[in-house]
Amino acid sequence: MNAAVLAVIGLTMIFLGYRFYSKFIAEKIYQLDPDFVTPAHAQRDDIDYLPTNRVVLWGHHFTAVAGAAPIIGPGIAVIWGWLPAFLWVVIGTMFFAGVHDFGAVWASVRNKAKSVGSLTGDVVSPRARTLFMVVVFFLLMMVNAVFGVAISDAFQETPSSVIPAWTAVIVAVIIGVLIYRMHVPILWPTVVGTVILYAVIYLGEAVPISLSAGSFGLPVGAQWILILFLYAGIASLLPVWLLLQPRDYINGIQLFVGLGLLYGAVLIANPTIVAPAINPDLPASAPPIFPLLFVTIACGAISGFHGLVGSGTTSKQLNKETDARFVGYLGSSGEGALALVAIIAATAGFASLADWQVMYSEFGNGGMAAFVQGGARVVASGVGISEQFAATLLTVMAVLFAGTTMDAGVRLQRYIVQEWGTIYDIPALQNGYVATGMAVTACLLLAFGAGGASGEGGMLIWPLFGTTNQLLAGLTLMVISVMLVKLGRPVRYTLIPMVFITVAALGAALVQLMTLYREGGILYPLLWIDVAIVLLAILVMLEASSAFLRERRAAAAGAAA
Amino acid sequence: MARVKGRLDRFKALLEEFYVSPYRGALARARREEDDLFMLFVFAELMGVPNPAAYYTLELQPLLLERFHEWHQRQGMAHSPLDGFRCC
Repeated sequence: MNAAVLAVIGLTMIFLGYRFYSKFIAEKIYQLDPDFVTPAHAQRDDIDYLPTNRVVLWGHHFTAVAGAAPIIGPGIAVIWGWLPAFLWVVIGTMFFAGVHDFGAVWASVRNKAKSVGSLTGDVVSPRARTLFMVVVFFLLMMVNAVFGVAISDAFQETPSSVIPAWTAVIVAVIIGVLIYRMHVPILWPTVVGTVILYAVIYLGEAVPISLSAGSFGLPVGAQWILILFLYAGIASLLPVWLLLQPRDYINGIQLFVGLGLLYGAVLIANPTIVAPAINPDLPASAPPIFPLLFVTIACGAISGFHGLVGSGTTSKQLNKETDARFVGYLGSSGEGALALVAIIAATAGFASLADWQVMYSEFGNGGMAAFVQGGARVVASGVGISEQFAATLLTVMAVLFAGTTMDAGVRLQRYIVQEWGTIYDIPALQNGYVATGMAVTACLLLAFGAGGASGEGGMLIWPLFGTTNQLLAGLTLMVISVMLVKLGRPVRYTLIPMVFITVAALGAALVQLMTLYREGGILYPLLWIDVAIVLLAILVMLEASSAFLRERRAAAAGAAA
Repeated sequence: MARVKGRLDRFKALLEEFYVSPYRGALARARREEDDLFMLFVFAELMGVPNPAAYYTLELQPLLLERFHEWHQRQGMAHSPLDGFRCC
């Protein structure tokens, strides 16, 4: 199969989804009203609530949701062959993610821009809201652990990426100071910063950095993970204008540059996909494709994390309700496009099937490494740069995405711990340093418990992260469905994805119970996290059916009266 | 040429908004907290709250001395108008 053809087919389908399906959803299901006064106008305070250009909002939604996850997930999932991953990403983006993200923005806009968490309490039940918070906490913990392990692996795999990746932090701080303190117009810091970021890759190649094994009695992976969490803890305590804001910005620019570069290279190089459409020689460690495919690729097909973004900030800034389609649906389509190119890199960027099989000798392999290795080959032959340079470039890009998510994740977890301190009146927890310390420790334990430190457990935690993410998506779709029942509108367009994704998440959690028991026995920490996820999944299903039936009965009684 | 400039300006504005808007709320809140603290310091004594800042600003005296001296000279006062600030 020709990779360029696959890219064109995938992008065309995603575009058709936006052009036709999202139009149908906007007009018939969510019934967007151009005259509806959005919270950005009704509650305007020029701080949180402010009507914003829809292109800017789309850019934010897209760059906030597209990061390392739609690279790693497809990079692992192609082990079952390129076809299932391709179909799930394309169909998932068209009928699941688009409706979910778009719906989260719409539901929030129709409810005074409340977050999905608050809406769960209002629309479904207070119990469901608690459930939501627990799932979010689990998700954040796993996001930080999983990305800590991923970056540590990337640094070991590509030592030339160490200097450029850390230089990005310095560049971000300088941009932050220039813009915030010295009021320099944005264009030049952007251009010069981006050029430095790419120029430093040469330096990285000249001076690759590898930690020596055994320092402090720790393996290399563990050392990197410790350094990363130390950094994330400090970064999350710094003022946002100094690091987080310019880093997010640089990342956004990188995402557009990276996508352009990768798709351009695929179209020019036109490589052949060496991986099989459906892999007949699966390694023994590979779990069944159903339901594991649907949690291995979460971001890129559907992901609950998007609902947090859509209902958290986007809905407060939406100028017109009709913009929700452009921002929500097209924002998730952008992430689908990134996942699609990750699939192509991980299946077409190998010289032969045998090379590909070496990479995918075990489930959990591939991921970022396959994206970097395969993508580098494609970019090198398409754009005419050396393969080593391209590999460093793609590693830096993926590490930056993952690093920013870690910064933000640790900060969000700190807020949750501080909120607990307020709710339960424990002053120590309200302290920023204590709360950050707790957040970082929890994530570190998980990263080490998952075996990431030694490199043995590797990405075993990945499907668990996907499962939690999908449970959150199920909860958001539940809120949207219940709202639709209350309004007397067809619910199948959100209910079917909700049932499918929740069942897949529960099934995946059950399958993983056995895998984790085999890996680490009854005392394996991940096993108990999985048990908690199974319980959460069951509770989500019970809450969903009870809320749904209650509203159905209420609607029927209303109609009879 | 004017069209290109117009486009470039629009692009810059878009870039600026892309940079600023996600953190507008967080920064505004941080600023508001600082302003609130400032107001408290200014009006504390009017409300009968002893102002700790008044005492602690003594510690700032060595740091402010030079700036204060230049300031009162610029304002047309040859010597320090404050008893507590003996800069000259």
